Amino acid sequence: MSDVIDDYVKTEYAAGFVTDIESETLPPGLNEDVIRFISAKKNEPDWLLEWRLKAFTNFQTMQEPNWAHLKYEKIDLSDVSFYSAPKSADDAPKSLDEVDPELIETYNKLGIPLHEQEMLAGVAVDVVFDSVSVATTFKEKLAEAGVIFCPISEAVHAHPEIIKKYLGSVVPQKDNYFAALNSAVFSDGSFVYIPKGVRCPMELSTYFRINEAKTGQFERTLIIADEGSHVSYLEGCTAPMRDENQLHAAVVELVALGDAEIKYSTVQNWYPGDENGVGGIYNFVTKRGICHQNAKISWTQVETGSAITWKYPSVILRGDNSVGEFYSVALTRNFQQADTGTKMIHLGKNTKSTIISKGISAGKSQNAYRGLVRMSPRADGARNYTQCDSLLIGDRCGAHTFPYIESKHPNAIIEHEATTSKVSDDQLFLCQQRGIEPEKAVSMIVNGFCKEVFKELPMEFAVEAGKLLEVSLEGSVG
Amino acid sequence: MLSINNLHAKVEEKAILKGISLEVKPGEIHAIMGPNGSGKSTLGYALSGREGYQATDGSATLDGKDLLSLDADERAKLGLFLAFQYPVEIPGVSNMEFLKTSVDATREYQNKPALDAVNFMKRAREKCKAVNLDQNFLKRGVNEGFSGGEKKRNEIMQMMMLEPKVCILDETDSGLDIDALQVVADGVNACRSPERSFVIVTHYQRLLDYIVPDYVHVLSDGKIIRSGGKELALELEDKGYSWIEQH
Repeated sequence: MSDVIDDYVKTEYAAGFVTDIESETLPPGLNEDVIRFISAKKNEPDWLLEWRLKAFTNFQTMQEPNWAHLKYEKIDLSDVSFYSAPKSADDAPKSLDEVDPELIETYNKLGIPLHEQEMLAGVAVDVVFDSVSVATTFKEKLAEAGVIFCPISEAVHAHPEIIKKYLGSVVPQKDNYFAALNSAVFSDGSFVYIPKGVRCPMELSTYFRINEAKTGQFERTLIIADEGSHVSYLEGCTAPMRDENQLHAAVVELVALGDAEIKYSTVQNWYPGDENGVGGIYNFVTKRGICHQNAKISWTQVETGSAITWKYPSVILRGDNSVGEFYSVALTRNFQQADTGTKMIHLGKNTKSTIISKGISAGKSQNAYRGLVRMSPRADGARNYTQCDSLLIGDRCGAHTFPYIESKHPNAIIEHEATTSKVSDDQLFLCQQRGIEPEKAVSMIVNGFCKEVFKELPMEFAVEAGKLLEVSLEGSVG
Repeated sequence: MLSINNLHAKVEEKAILKGISLEVKPGEIHAIMGPNGSGKSTLGYALSGREGYQATDGSATLDGKDLLSLDADERAKLGLFLAFQYPVEIPGVSNMEFLKTSVDATREYQNKPALDAVNFMKRAREKCKAVNLDQNFLKRGVNEGFSGGEKKRNEIMQMMMLEPKVCILDETDSGLDIDALQVVADGVNACRSPERSFVIVTHYQRLLDYIVPDYVHVLSDGKIIRSGGKELALELEDKGYSWIEQH
């Protein structure tokens, strides 16, 4: 196997360019040659290859973290393929009409036809089909406003100065095991730049899909909101049925410069494994944003998918008066496990953060909130409010809360509230006695529980999220 | 209308109802009285199909349809309404959403045309007024932060919206002050019609001053040990349950 790669790499190096590659999926396994292959495949500049290799060197010295409240077999990276492109990249669809009908069907099931989104909601859709972007819309309208919204692989060539400056600036390569891995092998993802003072004319949206079995997906997203600008970014994910574990390790970096605002919303419903806990996506994500003076970053997530979720969208409140928010709904059922939360790092004066986390556990699932609030010695007048609620459905699931609070400033104010409740027989019976079927009743009760978070979502996402919960809860009664 | 014949029911393997027979005709009001633990609440739960309240023998029909073989939500949609003794809270689900879901499901089941939003709201506001609940209450979570009296009035309001055939009121008077009791009783009386029947489960005679029953039944140890007119309630009030149990 590795001979094949060796041959490739050697050939490429001899030739110095890479137009002649036919294989579109790498055999499993990770080594330096694989990284060279990925980089060459994307025709990347040397500085980026060096950057990847440096990440790989770091990665090799790191251990997979084991502090999370998760139980799973260690991932054998020699089983993972690190690159996969659509079978014939040249035949990639030129418009949404040409996108795989199966993909469209999955969206339809969720009631979010792309065409409607495109036309009615004015959403620019950048569909990531496996690892390569295949469709980008509304580019012109965005260009008019000076907004750059393109695959990061394209931005590397078109805007190298911005990428060089910011790539890895929020999530350093060595930040953690999975971030280092992503830095070494990232496939593609989105790049967004909003110029000074511009309010992005539409909500930016990317749909991800993991398509090929046993292919790791390593998205890399970088969003820069220049001074005084504003952007709302939507990330939604679907995946078809799979019975093999798939590793996903994404990195998302947000930079909100002075007075800028970034709102980042996620609906994640990747394949969670079947009712026996077989298969499902392993989702190890590093998401972090940095706020400069008076800036604001708001994360909203609805996590219903994946066999394992390990995800802590965080905000570094570096500038004075900056604001960080985290609104989360995490639903687990069957044998799903989630360890998710946030970190709010208060560095600047009068910084504020709000954390609202809603965990819902059903079946035999385990759902943990893990959050850090840190007030630095300079964080004069900083405030945090955390509310962390858990809802249990049935008696075989678990809800856990791990709050970490570090305050090094005497006048910082930190509030933490937590509740745990059950969908009670009384509630269910009240609904049924009023003619409401049990499944509808559970979905209504759960939606009510999540209301505070849903209202933070953009309109069309809120509808989708409600539906998603309903679909996800099917069969959790009884 | 509601026809109960030799109904037996158990809760966690313990027999609670030991052969209840009751015939409730359209427009009638029946009061079920009895000491604590006599099976009053169990009767309501067993009829409405609450999980854990298992009918073991006998029959119960509503307009000739067998209730006991149906799921709880189907019994409700057929026109059986239970007003709870302790209405539970459902945080985050607004009364409006709850009522709309409930009314829609019920009307669909009964092959009645769906109420459009305008008519629904109009009716909901009317009913709120009838039980003296502020309209803002429609936006609040179901029973969320309601006082005891508000919760009971909410039950009556739901009853008015759903227009059931048979209403079982399970100790609706408990925890109510005299003013709230009056409002609740007025609501019930306003709902009276020749087509609608009530089964009023109560421990005290007090409620029956406001809602005058056609029949009073005394329940003891899972059986109806005595039936009579409204004067039976007064007699009970005077002499206590032990008097009747000894006879």
